[in-house]
Amino acid sequence: MPLSQYILIAVVKIAIALFVLLTACAYVVLAERKLIARMQNRWGPTRVGPFGFLQPLADGLKFILKEDLIPSHVYKPLYIAAPMLSLTLALTAIAVIPIGQSVTIGNANIPLQITDVNIALLIILGLTSVGVYGIALAGWASNSKYSLLGSLRASAQMISYELALGLSLIGVLIGAGSFSLREIVNSQAGWHWNLWYRGQFVAFFVYLMAAFAETNRVPFDLPEAETELVAGYHTEYSAMKFAMFFVAEYANMFTVACLATLLFLGGWDGPVFGPAWLMVVLPVLWFVLKVILFIFVYIWIRGTLPRFRYDQLMAFGWKFLLPLALANILITSLVIGLTA
Amino acid sequence: MHLGLFIAFAVICVAGAISLVAQRHPINSALSLIVVMGSLAVLYLLLGAEFVAAIQLIVYAGAIMVLFVFVIMLLNAGAEERTRGSRVAMALGVPGLIVVAGVLMYTLAGHTAAGQDQLAIGATYGPPVAIGRSLFREFLLPFEVTSILILIAIMGAVLLARYHAAPAPETRAIDPDEAGDLLQLAGTHGSAAGARERRRAEHRMREREVTR
Repeated sequence: MPLSQYILIAVVKIAIALFVLLTACAYVVLAERKLIARMQNRWGPTRVGPFGFLQPLADGLKFILKEDLIPSHVYKPLYIAAPMLSLTLALTAIAVIPIGQSVTIGNANIPLQITDVNIALLIILGLTSVGVYGIALAGWASNSKYSLLGSLRASAQMISYELALGLSLIGVLIGAGSFSLREIVNSQAGWHWNLWYRGQFVAFFVYLMAAFAETNRVPFDLPEAETELVAGYHTEYSAMKFAMFFVAEYANMFTVACLATLLFLGGWDGPVFGPAWLMVVLPVLWFVLKVILFIFVYIWIRGTLPRFRYDQLMAFGWKFLLPLALANILITSLVIGLTA
Repeated sequence: MHLGLFIAFAVICVAGAISLVAQRHPINSALSLIVVMGSLAVLYLLLGAEFVAAIQLIVYAGAIMVLFVFVIMLLNAGAEERTRGSRVAMALGVPGLIVVAGVLMYTLAGHTAAGQDQLAIGATYGPPVAIGRSLFREFLLPFEVTSILILIAIMGAVLLARYHAAPAPETRAIDPDEAGDLLQLAGTHGSAAGARERRRAEHRMREREVTR
């Protein structure tokens, strides 16, 4: 394949992935508002368009048109850089996530993934661990006590739960023998999903809990606890800069949902039938459905559970999830070592 | 292409290192160090060591530097004052630097000329599987010894963190006057033993506060 064609394909894939991801983020916000409203016996947004379907557009327009306030007491370079850092790192993770096999257009065989690297999982873990800076620096540069407390909580929480998150993946990695997400999915083909085939349901539970904490969602949303911290690390941010944090949070939700689908639920594995074009579309559909299922669980839990206290949060992470993940590694490697 | 990337990230790396020393605010210095770590990760990637590059990003840029930034944030360290620096350091340091750099360059250039084993840019020799093999086969003993060392360090950290919370049972309560006498006594010595005595007395006072 000539270089120009290679670059063209890559650029088109990046553009499509970003467009889909950003639109999905906007519409998940709407879905969340609608679903939470139904759970609380309200209507949610109904005014903009039929059933409120144009609400995300109105919200986006509002973010763009609002005056961009920069408080006078902030440390300006980092105050401006922090939301950009958060958003960039959150969106970069989508680059290594595969959503299906490959399609053939003309003579080019195009895999449905921006780039297939053999350390994809490590890259995602690296991006999440560097993503802490966006939040930490936002809180510090805002020069406000609520922001600083919120960012300290967020960073401590993310660092603590990153351990449990990383360790919960090791059982899957031992089984698949690769860091490449595509190979991990291929190793689960034919309903041999890691969730039951390799008995990784404990790991799945640990991953789910740690993922909630990593994305600062209810019941682990202490960094943004509005009753005590105003809005946490983004208290001093407004207009587009606030929107960047907001989109970054939802993009991170999508990343962890995609990862859970790829690692535990067999990725795009599912029943495939029909003509050739359907054989290509169906796996992508299964993948998207599984991701939507996760997002729904996120929203459901937000409508159900109250917030943890800070000491409960730390005790849960270090004294419960971490030993559980370690025990899972021990038992999984023992089983694989004895049966292999 | 590889050479271009190498030069670009080597320049970024050196620029980050210079900025680390030149910045006045500690948080900017810490961020410069993150830039250095990140560009080092790219250089590892260019040499085909993917696993090492990812670990560099996760461990150094992601974990260790977060701790640095945390400490700076919590101490709320402000911009530092500039001094003109020591003249001795300038007189000895600059020639020393030139000599060291010269020796390094001479050695490296000599090896290149002799045609010894070189690593080509863009070669792939460090995938995770290869690193795992050599860690658990050739270097199993050093690997295990290192992990025990790290375990000891963790236990030491836990012990130090708990030290004041759980005083030894034979600690007796001392009254403030006695403690003051002890401090004074220790102060008059002015030797290493005196300093140790003073520390011990201070420590005893602290323990007394905790037990109360």
